[in-house]
Amino acid sequence: MGKKFLGALLSMAMVSMLMVGCGGGQPAATNTNAPEGDTAAAEETTSAGGDGDLITVGFSQVGAESDWRVANTQSMKESLSEANGFELIFADAQQKQENQIKAVRDFISQEVDVIVIAPVTETGWETVLGEAKDAEIPVIVVDRQLDVSDDSLYTCWVGSDFYQEGINAVDWLTKYMDGLGRGEEDLNVAVLQGTIGSSAEIGRTKGVRDELEKHSNYKIVAEQTGEFTQAKGQEVMESFLKSGEDIDILIAQNDNMAFGAIDALKAVGKDPGEDVVIVSFDAVKAAFDSMIAGDMNVSVECNPLHGPRVAELAKKIMNGEEVEKIQYVEEGVYPADTAAETLPSRAY
Amino acid sequence: MHNMKETMKKVTGYHLFWPLVCLGVVLLFNLIKTPSFFQISINNGVLYGYLIDVLNRSSELIILAVGMTLVVASSGGTDISVGAVSAFAGAICVYALGTGETYRMPYLAGMLLAVLIGTLCGAWNGFLVAKMKIQPMVATLILFTAGRGMAQLVTGGNILYVKVDSFKRLGSFLPHVPLPTPIFVAILVVVITTFVLRKTALGLYIQTVGINAKAGKLVGLNATLIQFLTYAFCGLCAGIAGLIITSRIYSIDANNAGLNIELDAILAVALGGNSLSGGKFSVAGSVIGAITIQALTTSLYAMKVTADQLPVYKAIVVVIIVVLQSPELKRMFNTVKAKRASSKQEGWWHNG
Repeated sequence: MGKKFLGALLSMAMVSMLMVGCGGGQPAATNTNAPEGDTAAAEETTSAGGDGDLITVGFSQVGAESDWRVANTQSMKESLSEANGFELIFADAQQKQENQIKAVRDFISQEVDVIVIAPVTETGWETVLGEAKDAEIPVIVVDRQLDVSDDSLYTCWVGSDFYQEGINAVDWLTKYMDGLGRGEEDLNVAVLQGTIGSSAEIGRTKGVRDELEKHSNYKIVAEQTGEFTQAKGQEVMESFLKSGEDIDILIAQNDNMAFGAIDALKAVGKDPGEDVVIVSFDAVKAAFDSMIAGDMNVSVECNPLHGPRVAELAKKIMNGEEVEKIQYVEEGVYPADTAAETLPSRAY
Repeated sequence: MHNMKETMKKVTGYHLFWPLVCLGVVLLFNLIKTPSFFQISINNGVLYGYLIDVLNRSSELIILAVGMTLVVASSGGTDISVGAVSAFAGAICVYALGTGETYRMPYLAGMLLAVLIGTLCGAWNGFLVAKMKIQPMVATLILFTAGRGMAQLVTGGNILYVKVDSFKRLGSFLPHVPLPTPIFVAILVVVITTFVLRKTALGLYIQTVGINAKAGKLVGLNATLIQFLTYAFCGLCAGIAGLIITSRIYSIDANNAGLNIELDAILAVALGGNSLSGGKFSVAGSVIGAITIQALTTSLYAMKVTADQLPVYKAIVVVIIVVLQSPELKRMFNTVKAKRASSKQEGWWHNG
């Protein structure tokens, strides 16, 4: 009897705990979607449709796992609006490729004009894209790239040029150091890499290395992965600081790792932004706060606002124009001195 | 001569001998490759050095390994949900304290709530394992997958930051204390656990239940309750670890907080010379195991091993350590020794 009671009590506790979880989550979840006015249901049509002039676009999005992704979805929804001549069918894949494949098949059977995919994974797309090709529906891929044997399976790709981001970062850095009058000094650079093998890590590492090679006084003295997280960024920076090298510049391949490294620097009494120049990537909102506080020197943008480019491409394709296979979105460099002015206009 | 052999036997027979040897080997590598590894200085008012880093960074792993040791001992299974539970507890704490300029509720209340949530999760696991007799890995798989999801629900899928400065203290330094706070928390958990296990018969009960639950029942032990308690305790440890993880970065990142740490915790238990099939256990061994794992990671950083090769080196060292401690190798070693001894004896016989 006693034990049964204990069991019942426990299961009740678990259920109520789950409810606490849901209760806690809902307001936040609604907040992220609030500007859009509608929640990201599995599939929805944003316009009543029916107008023959509208271009119907089926968009399969990864999910809503980060601020970056939410901004990406928002940009697409805004650009592919009815006012701009589009009818958007939006499908949230909730981080599962099988949902995406299902969504693409639905788009094909609904005979949409253009299919847009932000793929969850790089591989496994041959079959379903073959079906789209047979149905003669053009496919625009955004963000992550596709690894398919036949390039003609999709029309074009829109996304970030991580290699260029790396080059832009070093470009800004060398100019900044020149401005400080330290451009000719021997400078030691530490690099916090992202998750090894991710396209952002590969591109940014290569871009940074290639551009630094042009300046013989810049030397990479430490390089290690911080796995794109703040915790690891902090841990690895702690160990960089003890390596006996005098680090002048830190290049962190995303903002979160830079935040961790900044904490590690402060813990040993160094002044990030002054003693060590901090160069970061992504330019999320929190990075602007950090720059305004004087901890971070620059963040190179990874632009999620793909919508306008996709809209432009969809129109061109429907007009029968040829488009370039690879389309990079424009990405800015945001230094600390303009951070306070830029912050209010940032979407993510 | 005879005496020395006896002492040798005693030393190698000591249950912490092999775990300590493994930690020693890792440190020895550093002595050769990076002697600066052992330097400790005072910097900015606090102790500063690789060794401090090792202890500091291994704190949450030590805490989880203590909980895991008891779970393994009592049930012969592992709790694979501790990483996700840590994330969930951390998320609850941040949510409770709020992301404003001041706390939404008292700091201590937020902490207690997180630990309570961890304990509840552990109790749920314990209920499934001890009462419903579900395989530990399957039972804890539920929270392994659901825990992070619940954490995501709490945070709304965002990284939430706590803006009040005092929140950072648990994961960094208390004012005027030269050692990082997590080290003290880990010591506290280890000391209290050891004290309770030694001063009460609980340690013995856990061992008995782990070796043979039925026999334990026959001598009047409530095996179900004991297993349940160890899982609840493991959840409590996960809650505490979650608080440290969260405080270190004064934010909760539900995707990455405590990611894969359950595997390290299990490894720590194994490296500590504990049998993963339950029964006899040593908390001290698991603590040494946890420190060994972190010492290895920090050493590889210090040796500037590149990021893409890091996992390979880690795997090689772990394989060597695990093989070193395998009972089969020890048995082979003993047979060789015995053979040698007997052949010597034979030789003596012939000569005589």
